[in-house]
Amino acid sequence: MSTSSLGLTELELDALGELVNLGVSNAALNFREMVKEEVALSVPEVSVVTPQEATRILGNQETKLLVAVQQYFEGDINGRALLIFPETKSLELVRAVVGGTPSLEEIIELEHEALAETGNVLLNACLGTIANNLQRNLKISLPEVIYGESGDFFNGTARDGPGDSVLFIYINFAVTCGDIQGYIAMLLDMPSLLALKQLIGAYIERFTGQPATAVPHAN
Amino acid sequence: MSYKVLIVDDSKLARMGVTRALKQLHPDWESVEASNAEEALARVKESVPDFVLMDYNMPGKDGITLASELRALDARIGIAVISANQQIEVIQRARAAGAAFLPKPLTDAALADFFTATAASRSRPEK
Repeated sequence: MSTSSLGLTELELDALGELVNLGVSNAALNFREMVKEEVALSVPEVSVVTPQEATRILGNQETKLLVAVQQYFEGDINGRALLIFPETKSLELVRAVVGGTPSLEEIIELEHEALAETGNVLLNACLGTIANNLQRNLKISLPEVIYGESGDFFNGTARDGPGDSVLFIYINFAVTCGDIQGYIAMLLDMPSLLALKQLIGAYIERFTGQPATAVPHAN
Repeated sequence: MSYKVLIVDDSKLARMGVTRALKQLHPDWESVEASNAEEALARVKESVPDFVLMDYNMPGKDGITLASELRALDARIGIAVISANQQIEVIQRARAAGAAFLPKPLTDAALADFFTATAASRSRPEK
């Protein structure tokens, strides 16, 4: 069986993609209620990369200044999840979430709270769905809003373990009124990545009715 | 009676999940797979299936566009779009394209209901 980066097989990455798709779709359903219009989703692309690669990928975007809502999670898997989008779209996102025709002053005043709440809804829906499907419980911290360039988000924080990997998910959240694009990234340490691999193996078994190792090679 | 079912999803795991549900309900039915819309259209042109179960969010052409094209090719195929994206606009577009909407994760009960409803609508005399 072929292996991809950092030890996940093609089928395990496929399963992770499906889990993320379930999570992001649930998140979009909630987000749709907040912005009162359809949220278009791109096909999620899932890859496991090092923090340096994640920094490079996000650094290659047109807009260097980014804003992220970050939440830590704890359980069988420990790490942090980030909802990241260009800082230039931040006020558009707030406008979409707040609704109506707020003044610029009002938008600026509400920015921090609205970003934290949006991130909280999206990340909780996403993490919660993934955890439920893996039949595990995750404790999720309160959201923090952080501003910076891509490197600022992936350089280790005091709570990160050594040798963290990044589970990087590219996804566009497009809302017509603001053309808002977002990315979701999850940082996991190596023991958590190994735990995730095992949980995904069990998920594949439940889903297909056969052991993951017996499943023929993906595509 | 044995039917032929085409399963379209870019995820191999998702196709395996749908195949498993189908085999539990109808072990004697034939299933074929396609990993994208173009491949699905090619399969249908080779041999028209009785049912097509397709993912919505796929690279290239999405499932609802594929559903419209299949519906234009053959009015009798039972078509279902399967998606975790349950926003009302997506469900409405799937129905407008002549497809049923089945939420992901797919349950055996939802799949069984779809087959029953499609069979019932076929047995009604055409107007």
